[in-house]
Amino acid sequence: MLAATAVAILVIMALALARAFAGPTIYDRVLAVNMFGSKTVLFICVINGLSGGGNYLDIALVYALINYIGVIAMLKFYRPDRDGAGCDSRATP
Amino acid sequence: MIEHLLVVVLLAFLAATAIAVIRLSNLYAAVMLFGIYSLLSASLFLVMDAPDVAFTEAAVGAGIATVLMLTTLSLASDRENEKPLRRGQPLKLVVVAVTGLALAWGTLDLPGYGDPDAPAHSHVAPRYIEDSPRAIGIDNMVTSILASYRGFDTLGEVAVIFTAGLGVMLLLGRTISSGSRSKSGGRKHGGSKSGD
Repeated sequence: MLAATAVAILVIMALALARAFAGPTIYDRVLAVNMFGSKTVLFICVINGLSGGGNYLDIALVYALINYIGVIAMLKFYRPDRDGAGCDSRATP
Repeated sequence: MIEHLLVVVLLAFLAATAIAVIRLSNLYAAVMLFGIYSLLSASLFLVMDAPDVAFTEAAVGAGIATVLMLTTLSLASDRENEKPLRRGQPLKLVVVAVTGLALAWGTLDLPGYGDPDAPAHSHVAPRYIEDSPRAIGIDNMVTSILASYRGFDTLGEVAVIFTAGLGVMLLLGRTISSGSRSKSGGRKHGGSKSGD
């Protein structure tokens, strides 16, 4: 059961990775990274169950916090007025 | 069995992320993929039963390094310099391939993963495992090693990091505060200058 959950989470991670690779705008990538972080938190919880009662759950909590801080930092430091209002690779339609 | 599958899939994700970072030209997107890379390697450490390493990797790699790189990008340009891609340089490929093969050859001498007779597990580790909870009184062995057995080492590291942070703040802090004082005009000026 836990193994099936782990595989399902890996599949969703692959989808989030595909979105992060493809873009096209920076906001897609922010969302993809955020989703990937959430899946990492879930993945750690599943690993916690798979490895037979380790104490990884507090690490999952820290990951959730880091994920939040990371997304806030990205949105704070990203300045779309640089070139082309946030569309980085849409210049070649 | 399932753990082997997890490790293989995570390593494949790592390789794909690394290749994507190389191919991207937008540096903001590259920083975000670096965050994913760091989360992936932290998950890998966790699957290998090293939660303390995973903890550090997540805090430093995904947290602080991302923020530092984004801060740098907000001061500099976010595009790579356009360099013409030169093809047909077999010497570089040969050097990279030979170095990689030599490194892979070097790993053949290492003890197997999780081998209880490895030198790392038979030298001082038994003493830490047996004595540290009683001698130091901290349940977590890694914490007791870092904070007590290597206390002076950690103190020195903290002093080094404090000095480095102080130096960076003294060098950069004046520029940043004067730039923000002159509002958006000065900022745009700096941006156009860095774009030249």
